[in-house]
Amino acid sequence: MAKVLLFGRLADQAGWRERPVEAASITEVRAALADEDPALGEALDGPGVQVAVDKAIVRGEAVLTAASEVAFLPPMSGG
Amino acid sequence: MTTFPSITLTAQAFEPGALLTTFCAGRDETGAVASFVGLARAEHGQARLLELEAYPGFTDAAIAEFAEAARTRFGLHDYRIVHRIGRIAPGETIVFVATAAPHRRAAFEACDFLMDWLKSRAPFWKKEHGPDGDRWIEPTAQDRTDAQRWDQERN
Repeated sequence: MAKVLLFGRLADQAGWRERPVEAASITEVRAALADEDPALGEALDGPGVQVAVDKAIVRGEAVLTAASEVAFLPPMSGG
Repeated sequence: MTTFPSITLTAQAFEPGALLTTFCAGRDETGAVASFVGLARAEHGQARLLELEAYPGFTDAAIAEFAEAARTRFGLHDYRIVHRIGRIAPGETIVFVATAAPHRRAAFEACDFLMDWLKSRAPFWKKEHGPDGDRWIEPTAQDRTDAQRWDQERN
């Protein structure tokens, strides 16, 4: 179980910003979310979307624990 | 947000004059303080409300990392950055940046440098609520060009 956070347009699209997801890796998070919301799954794989685990950008795969926080970050706009 | 005392992300409106007074107080080796205040524009009625989203603990850490690089690059004594998040009405302050240095050139340049980065590369997500609905916005080409000036000067 990991805590998943969505930001910006991804949160608007999904209709939620934070929820627990039963997953032990980023791949499993993507699969679980795509399974129930294919359009969201596609958006999470879209260009410029970065993933952070426990507030650090991760490129590729990461192993998750129950305490992990996984954030999907669409392209940033600046302030 | 106490992890980075020089950086504040706040959902509350703030008064930049008071921040500048506090920042200037008690300095006897700083010869120059430069500051910048960014306000939300109405865009001739096109933007009724700006909404800025941050990722607490990630956004402030990224700003701190960049600001510390600016401190080294320009030999700053100190800096202060306050950024609004949440819903911001036209005319309200979005951002306050102040830099303190021994001499004015470094203070001016560091302030400019920090603002270019904050406007184009800081991890915020920005939404404009206008008369025709809501839209997410990305940095303008000008914002990117402004930020790239500093990359070129470094080479």
